[in-house]
Amino acid sequence: MKFKPGRIVTYLLLILAAAFFLTPVYVMVATSFKGLEEATLDRMWELPSSLNWESYAIAWEKLSPHLMNSLYLAIPATLFSALLGSINGYVLSKWRFRGSDLLFTLILFGMFIPYQSILIPMIRFLQEIQLYNSIPGLIFVHVIYGIPITTLIFRNFYAGIPDEILEAAQIDGNGILGIYRRIILPLSIPGFVVVGIWQFTQVWNEFLFAVTLTSTAQHPVMVALQNLSGSQIVQWNIQMAGALLAALPTLLIYVLLGRYFIRGLLAGSLKG
Amino acid sequence: MEPLRSAQKTDDRPVTSVRTRTGINDKWVGFFLLLPSLLAIAVFVYGFIGWTGYVSLSDWNSLLPRMNWVGLENYRALFQDFRFQSDLRNTLVFTLFFIAACLVTGLTLAVLLDRKLKGEHLFRNIFIFPMALSFIVTGVVWQWIFNPSTGVNLFLNKLGFEEPPVWYVDTRIIPGVEWGQIQFGIPLALIAVVIAAIWQMSGFTMAMYLAGLRAIPDEIREAARVDGAGEWQVFRKVILPLLRPITLSVMIIQGHISLKIFDLVVAMTGPGANFVTDVPGVYMFETTFRGNHYAQGAAIAILMLLMVSVLIIPYLVSSMRKEAD
Repeated sequence: MKFKPGRIVTYLLLILAAAFFLTPVYVMVATSFKGLEEATLDRMWELPSSLNWESYAIAWEKLSPHLMNSLYLAIPATLFSALLGSINGYVLSKWRFRGSDLLFTLILFGMFIPYQSILIPMIRFLQEIQLYNSIPGLIFVHVIYGIPITTLIFRNFYAGIPDEILEAAQIDGNGILGIYRRIILPLSIPGFVVVGIWQFTQVWNEFLFAVTLTSTAQHPVMVALQNLSGSQIVQWNIQMAGALLAALPTLLIYVLLGRYFIRGLLAGSLKG
Repeated sequence: MEPLRSAQKTDDRPVTSVRTRTGINDKWVGFFLLLPSLLAIAVFVYGFIGWTGYVSLSDWNSLLPRMNWVGLENYRALFQDFRFQSDLRNTLVFTLFFIAACLVTGLTLAVLLDRKLKGEHLFRNIFIFPMALSFIVTGVVWQWIFNPSTGVNLFLNKLGFEEPPVWYVDTRIIPGVEWGQIQFGIPLALIAVVIAAIWQMSGFTMAMYLAGLRAIPDEIREAARVDGAGEWQVFRKVILPLLRPITLSVMIIQGHISLKIFDLVVAMTGPGANFVTDVPGVYMFETTFRGNHYAQGAAIAILMLLMVSVLIIPYLVSSMRKEAD
């Protein structure tokens, strides 16, 4: 290995940047293990004197019902929107018709709108169909507004499957549905992994729909976490433990399946 | 780096469709498969936007839905409103700082990483992981780091700063030129929020740039070097121009995120004293769901949509055109 001054500077800069990126994690973890008397303002940067699990117990007690809400919300919402996206992506990449590009662009626009612009009618609508303040109501909302991104990712994914395979299947007598079931779906696993991770993360982390379409008992975890930090006396150790608990599922996904996460990230950015 | 690269390739490949033996029936079945999603988007995106637009023209400013037509009255009131004027200023400042910082940070990190280093994988993962977190978590943690009586200020105290900044509780606006009812300038409190946002989102910019850098063949750099260009010149005259489409995408994606920013502000600061950290998303939320001013909230929502559309629609149209070619 050659030592050039340029390399050393590069490493130094990267280490500096990494320290900046990891600082909040240090603060979060260190504080969460402190007892109340230790989690004070002037000792913020110090390591905890011992591993105190008390804050986790308290945070868990307050957040666990909401963590479950988020789980009941994110899993079905992810599955349904991935399925719709897969079908849409298949048709829009392999069975294009006159005007299909325009329709795709119109669908895509839904990805960028501020959700404030549909929120008031959505509340009225959910009240009308008796799904207001319910997890199924939130699932419905996330499936609808997940369509643009899941369609986009699957469309790009299917574009990479050679047409020759489809043509061969056609010659064997398969129609649009047969090809989807026998050829496309089995090839779609990596696509489903990317879309699944992306959607799960998005739904888990979402706040605006969660806070406006549900109340107390139905709140997903991000709303409960926000309420925890907005409550009377600020207990930083419990807040940090809560933040970590709420972040853990998506962090785990990122650690275990990071490269799929990044793929979804880049696929979501239209044409890099 | 393989995943990044393959995603890139897939994106660039022109979309083709099955041409041979396409039964008329199959095309119709395809359309019917799309139909549920098309209807959903038609109703819940376009229809609901229309509905919100209609509400914004009414006087529904109480708990009971009351829809008397008042024309543009809600909009007129907003533009004369101190809070909304502050929001527009904050959005502008936030967006400019956020995009500029993400571009610089993301490009710098990508260039540093694009040197076949040991531990590249680890660094890359460290820079992107905040993207997996929610803005609420980010807000909760950074709220403490920028707490004026602790956090970074403990460091600054040790370094000898007698009076460190008070971060998000600062109410000063620099330079603070009178404009309408507000002071126009940079609200200092917003800087803390921008830093938290950069922490969360610059990894994405880095990933985009890194994918872009990896897609540039080495031969192009070599050719420039053979022609006698120095490293800096190669970067400025060859690499940067090739990265322009990525820079544009980043600006549009980060831009639309910052125009809509909501959760981070709610979790970190709220509107702030004198609305120094308020943004339209927070105003819309509070006025609609805390104050029951539905028509006013709808008007804010429509204005947010217009801001985002100005950015997004040209981009969508041009990428659709490019694909049609």
